[in-house]
Amino acid sequence: MTEFAIDRQIDARGSACPGPLMELIRALKASEVGQVVAVLSSDQGSKVDIPEWVAKAGHKLLAVEEDGGATRFVVQKAR
Amino acid sequence: MTETTTTTITEQELCPKPKMSIILYSGTVDKLTAAGVLATGGAAMDMEVNIFLTFWALLAMKKGAWQDPAQQKISAEFAEYAPMMMEAVRQNKVKPWLQLLREAKEIGDVNIYACGMTMDLFGLRLEDLEDVVTGIQGVTGFVAKAKDSAVTLFI
Repeated sequence: MTEFAIDRQIDARGSACPGPLMELIRALKASEVGQVVAVLSSDQGSKVDIPEWVAKAGHKLLAVEEDGGATRFVVQKAR
Repeated sequence: MTETTTTTITEQELCPKPKMSIILYSGTVDKLTAAGVLATGGAAMDMEVNIFLTFWALLAMKKGAWQDPAQQKISAEFAEYAPMMMEAVRQNKVKPWLQLLREAKEIGDVNIYACGMTMDLFGLRLEDLEDVVTGIQGVTGFVAKAKDSAVTLFI
């Protein structure tokens, strides 16, 4: 697992679509530009949805990593 | 004295958001949940989401109805899955449909309209409905909004 300086860590495992994305959106809203949020999701749709949303919203996807049956998305607030 | 007229062109007029229009007719938890999830997706992708509540969906939007066990119905053809679905909601894996709509409104441009005809039919007023409802609209008004939608759904 790559190490990043993470400002906010969210464990959204067990939450169904669109739960993990909503948690990420909320966390990024509450963050400053440049801060990094990591969200852990076990929802299979997240693998497509989160990168898609991050691109659309103009943020930066630093990493997508498998983490014991869940996926960890590391996102930097870019605007 | 000279008068200056300034015309402000908003970002919205220059580049209007793609629209998602949902005609929400069903009042069962499964279909209301589907509408809530889809509206969230539309809002997250920066679409203008307009929902037209008619018939059974409008009755489901009466204040407090979403929490009333007597009104928690699943579509008859999927009744066997009702316990599984309710358990998923109870465990907070799936959020209650009203909360999904509320959150969709928080993150994006989501408008929820009550069908005027159904309001009259059931003797309802705007204040009888949950506060997520933006206003009352007739079918023509909604169709006018929906006519250039990128995504149109009847649920």
